[in-house]
This record gives sequence, structure tokens and C-alpha cells, in this order.
Amino acid sequence: MNIKICDSAFDPWQEVQTYQDAAKAISGKFGATSIFVGTMRDFNQGEEVKGMTLEHYPGMTEKQLGKIVIEAMEKWPVLDALVVHRVGDILPDQPIVLVAVWTSHRGDAFDASRYIMEALKARAPFWKKELLDSQTERWLVKNTDGYL
Amino acid sequence: MSVKVRYFASLKESIGRSEDKLLFTGVITVGQVWCQANPDKTLPVNSLAAVNMDYVGLDSVVNDGDEVAFFPPVTGG
Repeated sequence: MNIKICDSAFDPWQEVQTYQDAAKAISGKFGATSIFVGTMRDFNQGEEVKGMTLEHYPGMTEKQLGKIVIEAMEKWPVLDALVVHRVGDILPDQPIVLVAVWTSHRGDAFDASRYIMEALKARAPFWKKELLDSQTERWLVKNTDGYL
Repeated sequence: MSVKVRYFASLKESIGRSEDKLLFTGVITVGQVWCQANPDKTLPVNSLAAVNMDYVGLDSVVNDGDEVAFFPPVTGG
């Protein structure tokens, strides 16, 4: 398991490939890899969004994400998991979050990665401030429930 | 005894500080930490609290040396 907080742009596909290549313990064991990538849009709530600043609580972020991944490992037979999340100034089209889960079978990979992503949205201490095209800023008030 | 109090995001901006050091005696809860550190401001509804980087309720008791944090609902991912 690995949790990474990045303060600059990252390539989620390269992150997955590099992590998987180094994860010798699961070589030959995994039959499914579920990958979720969250990317910044250039619109939200009916308005154009020019950029975004992501603040977080260093230390608590890693602690809570670690707990979430361990919960997923207790609920499903997860072989390995990788979570990468951006902080700092972000532009549209840049990845914000990567959740990758390796399991033997596809159902567990889908379910565990969904669980990690939804729990991250609800509990990981990140906060988004959007820069609108009109040069005004606004804090996002809350995340939507992904299961609705 | 003392605790470090931290604030994040819109809550940090609204009070104009990112942290406080609060001295206290006796038993004190997280909610009382807020009130003593911010006597002129009510904790906004829906605010979240953490002690030593774990979520807690406002009635949770704090101990000497704890790090208490207050922040708005999280919006990552």
C-alpha cells in the first residue's frame, strides 16, 4: 500500500505502471486492477472554473487515507493499493486523484476502489478553492454523495 | 496544560489565523477549546473537529499536548 500527496502535476498512468512494476510480492497473483482517476473540470455549478487550489491537513491526510485503505483491505481481499492526490494550484485537465487497487478477481477490485474513493471524498481532509473566470474565488462547500 | 489549535480552509480565512496555543486548567472538551480560543465567534454549523488527526465530537475531552483542529466539510477527490 502506498499513499502519496503531490504538490505538482503527476501522470496517473505512469504512477500505476511504476508502482506495479516494483510490487514484486503481487506478481502473478493479481488478475484485476481497478483504476480511478479524478480530473479537474473547467466548469462547476454552472460557472467556468479557471483553476483551483487544493489545501490539506498534512499528517491527518495521510493518516486518514491509510485508515481508509486498511478498511478496504479488511472488507475485500485486496493485494495492493495506491492512492495519489494533488495539492496546491491545479489547472483544468490535470489529474486530482488516483486510486488503484489490485485483486485476484474483478468484483473485489471494483468494489474496493469504489469504497476507497467514496471514503476519501467523505473523510480525507482536503479543501478545494475554485478560481472562477471572473477572477473571483470560492470555496467548495461540500462533496456530493457518489452513491446517489 | 496547553493544546495547539489549528484551523483550515474557509474557517482559517474567516478567523484570520491558522493556529493558536491555548493554555488551560482542569478538564476541557473540544467544544470548549473552540469557545476559549474564539470567544467572539460561534463555530459554524457543519464544522468538523479532530484531535491528534482523528475525527472527534465536540464533547471529546482533550489532554495536555494534544493538537486540536477545526475545519469545514472536506471537498477533496
